[in-house]
Amino acid sequence: MDLVLSGFKQAFLLIIRLDRELLRIILLSLKVSAAALFIAAVFGVPLGAVVGLRRFPLRGAAVSLMNTMMGLPPVVVGLFLYILLSRSGPLGFMGLLYTPSAMVIAQSVLAFPIVASLSHSAVMGVDPVIRQAALTLGATPFQAAIAVLNEARYGVMSAVIAAFGRLMAEVGAILIVGGNIAGLTRVMTTTIALESDKGNFELALALGIILLMISLAVNAVLYLLQRSGGMKRGRSWA
Amino acid sequence: MKPKLLIFSILILSLFVIYSASAETRLRCASTTSTLNSGLFDHILPIFEKKTGIKVDVLAVGTGAAIEIGKRGDADAVLVHAKGLELKAVEQGYFVNRHDVMYNDFVIIGPVEEPVKVKAVRSAAEAFRLIAKAGHPFVSRGDGSGTHIKELSVWLEAAVNPKGAAWYLEAGQGMEKTQRIANEKRAYTLTDRGTWLGTKDRGRLDMIIVLEGDPALFNQYGVMSVNPQRHPHVKHKEAVMFTEWLVSKEGQEAIASFKDKNGNRLFIPNAVLK
Repeated sequence: MDLVLSGFKQAFLLIIRLDRELLRIILLSLKVSAAALFIAAVFGVPLGAVVGLRRFPLRGAAVSLMNTMMGLPPVVVGLFLYILLSRSGPLGFMGLLYTPSAMVIAQSVLAFPIVASLSHSAVMGVDPVIRQAALTLGATPFQAAIAVLNEARYGVMSAVIAAFGRLMAEVGAILIVGGNIAGLTRVMTTTIALESDKGNFELALALGIILLMISLAVNAVLYLLQRSGGMKRGRSWA
Repeated sequence: MKPKLLIFSILILSLFVIYSASAETRLRCASTTSTLNSGLFDHILPIFEKKTGIKVDVLAVGTGAAIEIGKRGDADAVLVHAKGLELKAVEQGYFVNRHDVMYNDFVIIGPVEEPVKVKAVRSAAEAFRLIAKAGHPFVSRGDGSGTHIKELSVWLEAAVNPKGAAWYLEAGQGMEKTQRIANEKRAYTLTDRGTWLGTKDRGRLDMIIVLEGDPALFNQYGVMSVNPQRHPHVKHKEAVMFTEWLVSKEGQEAIASFKDKNGNRLFIPNAVLK
């Protein structure tokens, strides 16, 4: 019980002090996850839209594949990328292993199926009348797709936020390809793993609390956006 | 669509460039959890960095993994503790320029209540035999680290094969975590003294040293550079500078002056001074 109480006390003191090292770790976490999310969104949202709107052979298989990939085990992704990026591997010449870039790549791979699959669901949820109306009004298929995506924007946003949550919480893949090097590739989750190994539960707990607070803040923003969006839409219907 | 795709690609590529761009010289040293977690690197690296401007990135893994990382060319230098393995890897042409740097020793730790009465014996092999005979839980690193290799050699000497026994728990984790598991399981384990002193002083391990001082438990640390002929990309010049500094008078003094929070000297320098 003593451990728990003193842990929380220390944790809050650390959060209030927020020293440079801690700040650096938090910023790197955000930077890596944000960059990975950006890449995943750039490729994932269009893919989700294409699979949702186009009819092509094996479409069902593609959807199942995307859904399965959502559950990719991070350690497997980490291991696979490690083999690819190692100096003795096929992409070793790029010198990316144990750098933040390698972590971004790993997290992009993890986030991509989540964004694609959930975007696909969001697009599928849009009333087909929207697309037909756009096409009837002379829109090109691309413009019609944009109209549908615009309609599905809150669902797509949820997809992106869900992926962000997964990335911020992820430790397996980035630990393998990043190596948890102090001041270079150490992020919040890998620090929590290391510090609890070392018995520094206060620091680990402090980081855990900060991690939760960031998730909470991000989700609160999403909720507000969705609510205001929903209200606007509600008004336009009225 | 084409120009948009192009812009996207450029944006993504630029992200990687931003991340990889770094003006300072960095050296990547694969080492063990014992050296990093004890705080040794935090003490000596700033001195080296100030002198040479080379920033050393430490990858803390087990000795076996560190050597493998070096063999693959994913680090520039390694600082580990399994002299036999190190010399073999040098012989195979993976590494060059190996030097003894410092030592400490291994100790056997166990629960304070000492259920097996290991304290009554003098040699590590005898202690292991007692634990095996009693079938009392023993936590092994089980990760191919220097400590694990040492532990296996003691089992060999004790003529006991613990593999697969119900009381023999292979953790597959770093030293601190292994100690923690031993503490929770009220088990015995082999640990390097540095990690033990660093951890027990936080007052959270209800364990004591039950055996120490056996010459079989001597723990030599060595440093070596990845062979630049095998991996031309490695920062060989910097790796050599790091090695030279570690075994220099200044580097050895830096190691000697490192003490943990409670004033324990954790590593004793023993490089052959040039």
